[in-house]
Amino acid sequence: MTDMRAPPAPGTRLTKWLVSGPPLLFLLLLVAAPGVITMLASFRYPGEFGGLAPLVAADPQTLQGMTLETYQFFFSDFIYTEVFIKSLFMALATTLICLVMAYPLAMLIAHSPKKNRNLMVLLVVLPFTSNFLIGIYAWMIILGPQSALSQMLNGVLGAFGFAPVHLLFSPFAVLVALVYVHLPFMTLPLYTNLEKQEPALLDAAQDLGANAWQRFWRVTFPLSQPGIFAGSALVFIPVLGMFAIPELLGGTGDMLVGNLIKDQFLGTRDWPFGSTLSILLTVTVLLIVWLAAKLAERGGRYA
Amino acid sequence: MLKQIAIRLGRQKTTTKSLVMRSAGHRLTERRGPWAWAAGLAAYAFLYLPLTIVVAYSFNDSRLNAEWVGFTWHWYRLLFGDQDMLVAAGNSLFIALIASLAATVLGTMAGIAMQRYKVRVLTFMVLAPVAMPEILIGVSLLLFFIQVLNLTLGVLSVVLAHITFSIGFVAVIVQARLAAMDESLFEAARDLGASPWQTFRHVTFPLIRPAVIAGGLMAFTLSIDDFVITFFTAGVGVQTLPLRIYSMIKIAVTPEVNAVSTLLMMLTLTLTVLASRFAPDVLRGKT
Repeated sequence: MTDMRAPPAPGTRLTKWLVSGPPLLFLLLLVAAPGVITMLASFRYPGEFGGLAPLVAADPQTLQGMTLETYQFFFSDFIYTEVFIKSLFMALATTLICLVMAYPLAMLIAHSPKKNRNLMVLLVVLPFTSNFLIGIYAWMIILGPQSALSQMLNGVLGAFGFAPVHLLFSPFAVLVALVYVHLPFMTLPLYTNLEKQEPALLDAAQDLGANAWQRFWRVTFPLSQPGIFAGSALVFIPVLGMFAIPELLGGTGDMLVGNLIKDQFLGTRDWPFGSTLSILLTVTVLLIVWLAAKLAERGGRYA
Repeated sequence: MLKQIAIRLGRQKTTTKSLVMRSAGHRLTERRGPWAWAAGLAAYAFLYLPLTIVVAYSFNDSRLNAEWVGFTWHWYRLLFGDQDMLVAAGNSLFIALIASLAATVLGTMAGIAMQRYKVRVLTFMVLAPVAMPEILIGVSLLLFFIQVLNLTLGVLSVVLAHITFSIGFVAVIVQARLAAMDESLFEAARDLGASPWQTFRHVTFPLIRPAVIAGGLMAFTLSIDDFVITFFTAGVGVQTLPLRIYSMIKIAVTPEVNAVSTLLMMLTLTLTVLASRFAPDVLRGKT
């Protein structure tokens, strides 16, 4: 494709940098630089009183204070790897449950009369713009031992002679809240995809003798793969970094990577190890994004 | 279903042409089967039950969030007498105002640059904070503020952090708006001898204004609501509403949290509805 437009007017180059310069500079300073600092910090020793020794030192000797110790430490004890694996499973479970719940919701919206759709989308977005701590708090009430749900459940269990269960402070509570907070992230990309699908394809499938299930499984579902991938990434990635939900709703054993990182920075103040965990989480996220992109490429023939 | 109706109507010779045409376009209306309705409505119920409970209990005349006793304003009165809470609310509003103004300016520039000049690095750095788990942004900024800038954590560090994560949302909304517009509009302005600034002032800006406003409202909402990044960059220096809610629910579940949550919810709901009025595609563009 050749560029048919006139050659850029003089001064365009200047305009370009006047426009992109300020945001670029700001982001270089507050996104790129902190990223690099975290990487560097992960190779350092912890400071005497927590934190770490100043990174920008006039003394070039400080370069000798670099170490791989934190990484060795991570892999020397399986409990850290275990938290990573558990977080991946939690994120996977959340993603799958969100997918199962979001699909009918997205279909319902996409197949509604056009005039209702914006309102229905807005109704999905609203709970998600309200603070997620409010959601956590609400689930503390709903799953708490005095709640109607707990009382009823334990009443039924008691009638059959089972011991009462605690809903709150369990992996179950964590999962419910994770799904609650991330459901809109899955619904919106799915809806956008389903809305764009050509209804005539389903008519064609029907003419070819496909029943309702076959039409869904062999037409709608494969076509919705880009939406599924987008939604899954939007759910999976943030769940990996969560710390508030496990902390407030989980038991002591329900720690995720986010809790580990938070404790290193604000609890034990071992910043090099905290940075190492952050870098490892970044690597994990990038690996998953890469993998998802590969998978999406393979599914791309439907797009 | 419609198809069958149309056929039946056709037999009765009462059919209108439009009904037949419509039924031809949408023959498979049974796609919206009862199970889909049930599952979809269940999902809506799941989304709204917790929020309804919080709002309802904020008016409940009981210390326990368990059963309905009677209506009261008590928790709201308690809230407005709570000095720490008022300071936190003031901080939240001040931070959100400054951060969203700065993010709107920088984000609009970034959006234009992404669409018009295709600056790759910029696109990458605009989207990175949106795509990464928030905690990573939080801790890296914490490290950066303390180790490199030697900054005492407080309002300034929180404002800087909020600008950082809001730029991307504004930029994406503005870029989407620009992408939907005809490039020849700007070329026409240039052909008529407008300087780049005049083009921006009289053509580009009026056209993207709804997106800029929507982006600004989004940035404001995000800032008022942010917990994770604020948690790491606020230090002990400054309290915001979400930080205060967090510490309250960590200590005990009290109905005062219901009241403050209800008010915060009302604020963000209003802002979101406003933003969606200005740019309906904001809702779908938001990631």
